Amino acid sequence: MKKIEFKITLILIALLSLIPLVLPRFYIYITATIFVTALLAMSLNLVVGHGGLYQFHHGVFYGVGAYVTALLILKAGMPFWAAFILAPIASTVTGFLIGWFCVRLSKLYYGMLQISLGSLIWAIAFRWYSLTGGDDGLHGVTIPDLISSTRNAYYFTFIVLLASLWILYAILRSPFGTTLQALRDNPERCEAIGINVRRHQLAAVVIATFFAGVAGALFVVIEQSVFPDLLFWVLSLEVFIMCLLGGWFTFAGPILGAAIMVSLRTFVGTYTEYWTLVLGIILILLIFFLPEGVMGFFLERLGKPRSRQNGNDKAGASVGSR
Amino acid sequence: MLAVQDVHKSFGDFKAVNGATLQVEKGRIVAVIGPNGAGKTTLFNLICGQLSPDKGRIIFDGQDITALPPHKVCRRGVARSFQIANIFPRLTVFKNVQVSVLSQHQKSGVLFKPADQLLIDETEKILDRVGLLDKAQVIAGSLSHGDLRILEIAIALGGSPRLLVLDEPTAGMSPDETKRTMGLVKDLSQKEGLTILFCEHDMDIVFNVAHSIMVMHHGRTLIQSSPEEVRKNKEVQEAYLGAEDA
Repeated sequence: MKKIEFKITLILIALLSLIPLVLPRFYIYITATIFVTALLAMSLNLVVGHGGLYQFHHGVFYGVGAYVTALLILKAGMPFWAAFILAPIASTVTGFLIGWFCVRLSKLYYGMLQISLGSLIWAIAFRWYSLTGGDDGLHGVTIPDLISSTRNAYYFTFIVLLASLWILYAILRSPFGTTLQALRDNPERCEAIGINVRRHQLAAVVIATFFAGVAGALFVVIEQSVFPDLLFWVLSLEVFIMCLLGGWFTFAGPILGAAIMVSLRTFVGTYTEYWTLVLGIILILLIFFLPEGVMGFFLERLGKPRSRQNGNDKAGASVGSR
Repeated sequence: MLAVQDVHKSFGDFKAVNGATLQVEKGRIVAVIGPNGAGKTTLFNLICGQLSPDKGRIIFDGQDITALPPHKVCRRGVARSFQIANIFPRLTVFKNVQVSVLSQHQKSGVLFKPADQLLIDETEKILDRVGLLDKAQVIAGSLSHGDLRILEIAIALGGSPRLLVLDEPTAGMSPDETKRTMGLVKDLSQKEGLTILFCEHDMDIVFNVAHSIMVMHHGRTLIQSSPEEVRKNKEVQEAYLGAEDA
């Protein structure tokens, strides 16, 4: 990380730590929601922006994390902390199983199969009334006193988010991450230099679904309830758009995308129920004017960390899309 | 070192490779020539595992590598370059080669160690070898065509291969770039004892560099012999040299 980026990060962390001390409760809650969504988007971007996989139904792993947390506490009577650890593991296992089939296909077919298998899980949660409460979902999940107040839930979410981001950052800089980005650029060539493409992709999916599961468990912390929309493909689409909107070839882009989308949904949602209409317009504008996302756009404008990349996007696109 | 024995491959009704036979001795430069559509690239794809043959066997170092997937063929010590520059456009030149070196050292799966501290010397050595060290931090997608093709070879070298397979290494190059590339190929063979198999359109290059030439026509091997023998061969003149020059 460059010095200036490091400083900006520290300032941001300091500012965000102060939010619960100055802002009203509603805004604390919204910011915590942004944190959870940002973690979900960041986990997705590991495989989409950096891995080049069409992970169309990432929300499923988020939903599994949330449902498993709620079920273990409500139905199995487990303590919260045990559920909080087991939920991401359940997401990871689900991610491994679905991923194991999907990485056998490439590009769009990967995405299509994932939507099908993911929808299956949604259908189970939606139909299995006695266990999951069907379309009502599950409510009144008890959270330990330590983290149950809005303010404490905020800090807890914030700390988990920072820890997760730090791990994701380390992963992206590692040989594994470098190879993953090479895979995104050119899977065929990766095979030719001795990389087991499917295995590497599956490993990335497993890591991404783990963090989606963490985000799901955090969702329960701030909402104390779960409902089947968490597993529905519309949510997955929104998260996908967050990555594109924020800048899917940048590290922090998805966080920005999540912040923009959650804010818009919250504030536009109070004026009109046609939030998806606004979403559609955003998507159109994005495709036409900001193909690299907001963060990508500004990084390029400022000519800072990615200055060397200027002008190569056309070349990159033409070579990469062949 | 490499033996291709009567290999066949069809796409639907089209017999792309229809009985190809090839011998590559250790330390030699072997060229495959033939008109467009003779099946040269398909043959290379069969050797390196991108395709698997319908019939026939491919032996490398005494072991059967027929129909092994590409990453396993690479592990055995066969690295290839592609006819169309096949690189990682969004990564720097350095990382393009490093990814290959990491893979060769079985370090692609390392999770919690920054990549910019691993195998730096090995990567820089290769970049220096091919003359791209000064462009190490350039994003690969923005390189000139000639440099792209050199990077293509550098990525292949990252796998420390024993056999280097080059698919038309000078395609689309200016005369200067061609000279530079073929100089590199010769050098790799002479100074590092690398065994090289390549295919090429330019006859001057082939007869200049290759120790042995295999001629393909309609997917079939016509002959494999020394440049002098190939030049004299009647069948070759009729099928290929005559047709091309006339």
